[in-house]
Amino acid sequence: MKLCLVVDDSKVIRKVARRILEELNFEIEEAVDGQDALDACDRNMPDVVLLDWNMPVMDGLEFLKAIRSREGVEQPIIVFCTTENDMAHIRTAIEAGANEYIMKPFDREIIEAKFTQVGLM
Amino acid sequence: MKTEDFEFLASMLKERSGLMLTPDKVYLLESRLTPLARKRGLDTLDALVQKLRMTREDGLIRDVTEAMTTNESFFFRDNTPFDLFKNHVLPAMEKNRGTQKRLRIWCAAASTGQEPYSLAILLRENWIKWQNWNIEIVGTDICTQVLEKAKAGTYSQFEVQRGLPIQMLIKYFKQEGDMWRLSDDIRKMVTFRPFNLLSNFIGMGTVDVIYCRNVLIYFDQQTKKDVLERMRKCLASDGTLFLGAAETVLGITDSFRPVRGQRGMYVPSDGTAEKAMGLG
Ligand SMILES: C[S@@+](CC[C@H](N)C(=O)[O-])C[C@H]1O[C@@H](n2cnc3c(N)ncnc32)[C@H](O)[C@@H]1O
Repeated sequence: MKLCLVVDDSKVIRKVARRILEELNFEIEEAVDGQDALDACDRNMPDVVLLDWNMPVMDGLEFLKAIRSREGVEQPIIVFCTTENDMAHIRTAIEAGANEYIMKPFDREIIEAKFTQVGLM
Repeated sequence: MKTEDFEFLASMLKERSGLMLTPDKVYLLESRLTPLARKRGLDTLDALVQKLRMTREDGLIRDVTEAMTTNESFFFRDNTPFDLFKNHVLPAMEKNRGTQKRLRIWCAAASTGQEPYSLAILLRENWIKWQNWNIEIVGTDICTQVLEKAKAGTYSQFEVQRGLPIQMLIKYFKQEGDMWRLSDDIRKMVTFRPFNLLSNFIGMGTVDVIYCRNVLIYFDQQTKKDVLERMRKCLASDGTLFLGAAETVLGITDSFRPVRGQRGMYVPSDGTAEKAMGLG
């Protein structure tokens, strides 16, 4: 089973994402912000990170840059999942090394389509 | 709904678009035609049926037929038919049509355009190779409303997230308010026009690739056979046909055969297309 780290400061979003991803056969871990997510990666590197952008402490983009700058670790696939839905944000995220980008609101179909595109399913 | 009203509508729809309605689909008639009745200033579906019976008004019949079509589509739907296009159909065509440099592609149930546009995007991704070719992508559908949307090439946030890789969104779309609009370069590659699969295909000329996906499922056996056999006649002998994941030629017609191991891909039974495609 593949491990997905769901990073979002909203408990509701984490719960919705968890439900969808568990149905798609992923094992789930949760983190509430970027720093929490980095700690989770240190303990156990996930196969994929579903990543919110705006969060307290450390935002999604900072997390992305931090993890991508690490050498000698197995890099996870990173899929942004955020209400930021303009081209400038999308470009910034992809240039910083995100693999895919989901604009909220999302549903099962979108998660499934995006995860298929990056070869997770 | 009265049985005779159901039968009246069902036979009208079958004749007009090939749509096969079984009595368990009464709810579909109700949910899709009641709004149409209201729009036409009629109170109920019964009143709409009355009007149809009395006037046989062509515009109304057309609206009913269009309202009963299922138009769902998305970019790179099911992936495989597009991977096969990129990896096998195009390389074969590059060889086979290298002298004429002409390629004709027909999406026979194009709906809101995602299918032909996905093909246009794949060609564009390798434009150096194709820019000097005369490439025609024609998208047809019975439903004029969806064709309007297809021509506009404007999609909602939800629609661009189903099947379209983010890199392609960045490369080929522009944001316009809540919507995403395909670039002119891609839109110009596809022509849309209304066309009923029940009518004759002579005007289509000869085409090299046909996508006829997720429409035959709505037809009965005889209609499927009929459509497929007419498609065989307008497809080049080294051409390819793609059907939807729930559709097949098996048990319906001998004019095509499935390409072994490649889901949804068919070639004329008397042809040798697989070799050129490296699938023989
Ligand atoms: C589910 S959509 C398929 C769209 C696309 N091919 C795909 O697979 O995503 C089916 C389309 O077939 C069209 N259709 C139904 N009957 C037709 C007919 N007799 N002639 C042409 N188009 C028809 C409908 O209007 C609808 O847009």
